[in-house]
Amino acid sequence: MADSTEGIGGLKYDKTKRAWPNELNIFFALIAIVLIFEALGQILPYMNGQSMLFDFNTKRDGTILNIARLKIIILQVSIIGIIALGVTQVIISGGIDLSSGPLVGAAAMIVMSFAQTELVNGNPNPKAVFGDWAFDLPVIVPVIVGLSFGAFIGAINGSLIAYTRIPPFIATLGMFLICRGIAQWWTRGQPVSFPTEGYAWLGSGMMPVVWFLMLAVLFHFVLRHTVYGKHTYAIGSNEDAARMSGINVQRHKILVYMIASMLAAFAAIVLSSKNLTAQTGMGQFYELFAIAMAVIGGVSLTGGRGSVVGTVLGAMVFGVIQSGFTYIRLDAFYQLMAMGTIIISAVVLDQWRQKTGKSRS
Amino acid sequence: MSELKLHDMGDIILETRGLTKHYGGVHALEDADFILRKGEHVAIMGDNGAGKSTFVRQITGVEQKTRGSIVFDGKEVEFAGPLDAREAGIETVFQTLALADSLDVSDNLFLGREKTMWNWLGPFRRLDYKAMRKDTLAALEKTGVKIPSIRNTIQNMSGGQRQCVAIARTASFHSKLTIMDEPTAALGVQETAQVENIIRTLKEQGEPLILVSHNMRQVFDLMDRIIVFRRGRICANLDIMNEDISGEDVVAYITGAKTGEEYMESAV
Repeated sequence: MADSTEGIGGLKYDKTKRAWPNELNIFFALIAIVLIFEALGQILPYMNGQSMLFDFNTKRDGTILNIARLKIIILQVSIIGIIALGVTQVIISGGIDLSSGPLVGAAAMIVMSFAQTELVNGNPNPKAVFGDWAFDLPVIVPVIVGLSFGAFIGAINGSLIAYTRIPPFIATLGMFLICRGIAQWWTRGQPVSFPTEGYAWLGSGMMPVVWFLMLAVLFHFVLRHTVYGKHTYAIGSNEDAARMSGINVQRHKILVYMIASMLAAFAAIVLSSKNLTAQTGMGQFYELFAIAMAVIGGVSLTGGRGSVVGTVLGAMVFGVIQSGFTYIRLDAFYQLMAMGTIIISAVVLDQWRQKTGKSRS
Repeated sequence: MSELKLHDMGDIILETRGLTKHYGGVHALEDADFILRKGEHVAIMGDNGAGKSTFVRQITGVEQKTRGSIVFDGKEVEFAGPLDAREAGIETVFQTLALADSLDVSDNLFLGREKTMWNWLGPFRRLDYKAMRKDTLAALEKTGVKIPSIRNTIQNMSGGQRQCVAIARTASFHSKLTIMDEPTAALGVQETAQVENIIRTLKEQGEPLILVSHNMRQVFDLMDRIIVFRRGRICANLDIMNEDISGEDVVAYITGAKTGEEYMESAV
């Protein structure tokens, strides 16, 4: 590597001299939250000294970890996590995407109507959209329909933001309502149920986790090691500089929003497959939870900073808190309050870190 | 090094003829005839609003001229935007730095012209970090820029270091002409010295340069020639290398107390 080459005037370009990665802070925060729940398990009298993540009694698979709980923690954040991977890219490019939640609802309805099976237990399955002529379509058809729909919505979002220069907040807020409308209009509010076996496999068992982690690895590479990723950071960091450097900022923004919406559409596929049904209200608050995961994971709302690793850790914080509150048997409303507090703290800490970072120079 | 020897046309890198820019009724630049030879370092001086920035903006394609012609490297050029000028080989260090804060030195140097592999992947082609970092070190070596680590992000750097990176960026890509618009205006003494060293290095390497500056000492120390602008017109062309010209003389031209002989009839 060229990193350790001797520089001019005896200066060394030292590859070890790198800033403390923000992801480590989030990792430590995650550990701290786990430890708090573990401590609560020991302290709270009604818990009888139970542990959240460890299982000392039943050593059936040779590990002291509570595998079942770990699986639940990651499973329950995987689908929103897939959306968060796209939202991460949008925020790094200096934008925001509020339409991803309703897009999940709309995409799930449309995709499911292409995935419905002909017979359920020997009885005809009432088709929501395609009445009599429908038959079992291969799984690739609904997947392609879903991703195309996502790409279409993303292209509209991106074009509006790039060419009319309206704020991303407004453009995607409009798309938020449009997608909720599409979800209801598609079947006039009727749920769409019972997909083909092939389609049901996509979201069965731990498949959502597999998709989430595979896509996380893919987009980690894309953001760190491709021109697309570098330009996404550059545009969020200094749009004028990016333009002056010859980057086609408008085209790039459209691409970023298309990828984000395709990821949201893919989340809709996995979610409807997991639930074996699609309903108009699906994906409610998902856009906000996805943004929260990214923000907890250190993605800066001012653009230019953040990473997929951070967002995955942010998603894990989300999962641990959800599971933790169930584990200490506290009601869901406390969970919402705690989540809100953590999101606000994450942003305050991030701004504080930026300020101290600047004053050093 | 006599200027007289350089009179054959092949040595001219940039020439403007009758370059004029009007903003509505305001005549910001009027009939500017200017010649820059290869390897020459020329300062552009003048009061605020004298037309020097307007002149630079026409050459760098930031704005489009009203009238006149620009001949760059033997060809008449029409720049539709700063990118055109950059592609033709004119690199500019702007007063507002065009760097991406959250990227490191190497990323900034190669922004928009990354070295890549797997090019069949289109926008998702892979960055060749190794090659880019190697070239970054070479570019910094060439300009004599000193920064602790090329892996540092710009946001953690001082104003001088940032300016140095911006200059290294413009100077490192086989540009045919470097233009600096008040590169040291916001810098401290040491940082200014660092930037001036880079300018000296460029001179030694025979890279032509146009420097817009208010700093008389800097101009006399570093430049071959001074062009003075006043009220949108060039009013003096001073060969400070070969003629006995003092700072007071330059100030006289800037304020309008004196006008160069060849510009008498056009001056107002």
